[in-house]
Amino acid sequence: MTASVLAANVAATVAAPSALSGGDNVIAVGVLLAEFGMFRQALLRDQVRLYAAQSLLISVLAVVVAASRNLPDLYALAGLSFALKVVIVPVVLRRLLRGRSGGDPRWSDIAGSGALGLASTVLVAIVVAAFGFFTVAKLGIRSPVLPVTALSVSMAVVLVAFVLMIVRRDVISQAIGFLSLENGISLTALVVAAGLPLILEVAFLFDLLVVVVVFGLLIRVHHGRTDSMSTADLTGLRG
Amino acid sequence: MPVVLMLLLTLPVAVALACLRVPAAVARTATAGCGAACFGLVLALVPAAAHGDVQYLRFLRVDAVSAVFLLATGFLYAAAAVYSIGYLSGRADQRYSRRFWVGLNLFAWAMLAAPMMSNLALLWVAIEVTTVVSALLVAIEDTDGAAEAAWKYVLLASTGLGLALLATIFAYYAGAHVLGQSYDLGFAQLIAVAGRLPHAAVQLSFVLAVVGFGTKMGLVPVHTWLPDAHSEAPTPVSALLSGSLLAISFYAILRFYQVAEAALGPRFPRNVLLVFGVASLLLAALYLFGQRDIKRLLAYSSVEHMGIMAIGVSFGAPAALAGVLLHVLAHAAAKGNAFMGAGVLVRKFGTNRIADLRGGLDLLPWSGPLFLLAIFALGAMPPFGLFRSEFEIVAGGLGQGSDVAAAILIVGVTVAFFGLAAATTRVLMRPPRRAVPAVELELVPAGAGPGGLAGSAPAGPAVARGEPSGWMVVPVVAGALVLLLLGVHPPAELNELFDRAVRLLSGAGS
Repeated sequence: MTASVLAANVAATVAAPSALSGGDNVIAVGVLLAEFGMFRQALLRDQVRLYAAQSLLISVLAVVVAASRNLPDLYALAGLSFALKVVIVPVVLRRLLRGRSGGDPRWSDIAGSGALGLASTVLVAIVVAAFGFFTVAKLGIRSPVLPVTALSVSMAVVLVAFVLMIVRRDVISQAIGFLSLENGISLTALVVAAGLPLILEVAFLFDLLVVVVVFGLLIRVHHGRTDSMSTADLTGLRG
Repeated sequence: MPVVLMLLLTLPVAVALACLRVPAAVARTATAGCGAACFGLVLALVPAAAHGDVQYLRFLRVDAVSAVFLLATGFLYAAAAVYSIGYLSGRADQRYSRRFWVGLNLFAWAMLAAPMMSNLALLWVAIEVTTVVSALLVAIEDTDGAAEAAWKYVLLASTGLGLALLATIFAYYAGAHVLGQSYDLGFAQLIAVAGRLPHAAVQLSFVLAVVGFGTKMGLVPVHTWLPDAHSEAPTPVSALLSGSLLAISFYAILRFYQVAEAALGPRFPRNVLLVFGVASLLLAALYLFGQRDIKRLLAYSSVEHMGIMAIGVSFGAPAALAGVLLHVLAHAAAKGNAFMGAGVLVRKFGTNRIADLRGGLDLLPWSGPLFLLAIFALGAMPPFGLFRSEFEIVAGGLGQGSDVAAAILIVGVTVAFFGLAAATTRVLMRPPRRAVPAVELELVPAGAGPGGLAGSAPAGPAVARGEPSGWMVVPVVAGALVLLLLGVHPPAELNELFDRAVRLLSGAGS
């Protein structure tokens, strides 16, 4: 919550936002809040749903930008990104992750995998997010389509995704951490690279699909060997 | 020439698809044939690339720099494919072989595709594909270690590539200022207008690219996945990972370096590379001491050599850049040889542990001496290619006035050589224990069947002197010959290629 208030305050002080850019910022901050939410999800299903929700916000933002800045390519991108990240990726993940052990509660339970307590984690994440937020603002990168605050927020999302991958010791949260990192990058791309040719965006998205399938397969391998989602035992290789 | 590009881009993937259907015996012949064909195609490309850029369909482009990396990949693809025939012999598991052949071809395909891409975005896509395919290949050995290594690898490398994607997006942002919104990130375009790009964005983009692609290249401190993946992967895959995949990531960094150097001047990008290079060289050189696993040992040696390449680029002198490009080729041949030799030892003794490997020189009439030569080559002993390349890098550095860095380079390389040599002499020179052959026969009955070059091996069960398979020796002999050729007398075409590549790398304008 603090982060969102912070973000809103800064948005207000950097430039008096119009109603539109205010809306853009609200969506961007929503993406960041979803990232924070991933720290405490206890069930695999909820973690994937939260990712889908975060992806939905990004698709919505793409539509808003397309409408307000008259960039028709972005409608196509928003549609593709919706189809892939909100529908296909969650379905593929759940398909790959169900399948083998039906009603096993351990299968879906990833509670308590945090290496730090929830409160400490959130504090660390806020510090990291603030760092990203303010340093990017200093770089003087200006965007033609979105308020620069959205760029700062997107950097915060990327950094918080790193915190998520570091503190949560289960394969699902780590995979979702990577996927939400990619969401943060999509947000960045919307701010600074809205005109990126559609064909390249499609290549990125297709690539994401391949990555998701491979993550899913490796999670299955991991679960098949250790019978759990935890990464606490992955300490055999060192030195 | 466009035909060559299209063949390189389609042949391996076609063979990979075919491997899904056909029996293993056909798959292995097809893969070896495809590897050899791709190497031939790359060789055919060299003269053209030495005199100009080969462009096709807007998104395919091979210049002298990419040709060097294609050469390294093409050679290792052929070598690994032939080696794999021996590696898989005696494995009855059809599912395993099928997955292996499909994966190997796809992996080589993605690595061949990456240097042919004309823009930064598709380059990133190709490198991400190499990650996911190779992660599956690391996981193919059905062990706890392989599962752990594959997970760490795919997570760390993908995250690193996430940063590289950010780098790509900021590069687009920088270029869009000059070229308009709808250009497609072609690096030739970017370099052409580099003088007018906004500095902050280019700096951010370059640092993110070094950290991001550096994760895949194995630069310290983001190298941590590398020893795990290299030690747990099947040996032919380890050879490709080390000699080719790391180089391809280095290639991506070089492209960003070209842009950054043209936009910001040489100082900033060179300093960034110098810091990462020195850290990689020194840390990896120290890690070489006290390694207990022979493949991990070689993996750390790869980190060390990536550090040398980064330092070489940071010198920036033409001699040093030519040395770096030669280093890419020679390292591919030498590290491929070392991994393939280590693979024979592992097969022979049924373990990766250096403490349990002994008497290699006595028991392996071909692979033992060849492994020793590969280690000498990695330690930059003359007359091998790495001696020439490191000599050029150091000479370039000294000529440029970077005396301290050149001194660090020499010290690091020497320390690393001692580390490698200490472990290798233990593996090769200690007399074989009497008890070992009997135990070994129980452990790996498949490995004991002598074949190929081992025709003269005695039939008695006690001392299993002889090679496990002739297929595992042929590519190593080829690699040793390449190392000699590169060290003693590099062909004229290759020198022309290096000349042009160095002109490209040391600034389009100057």
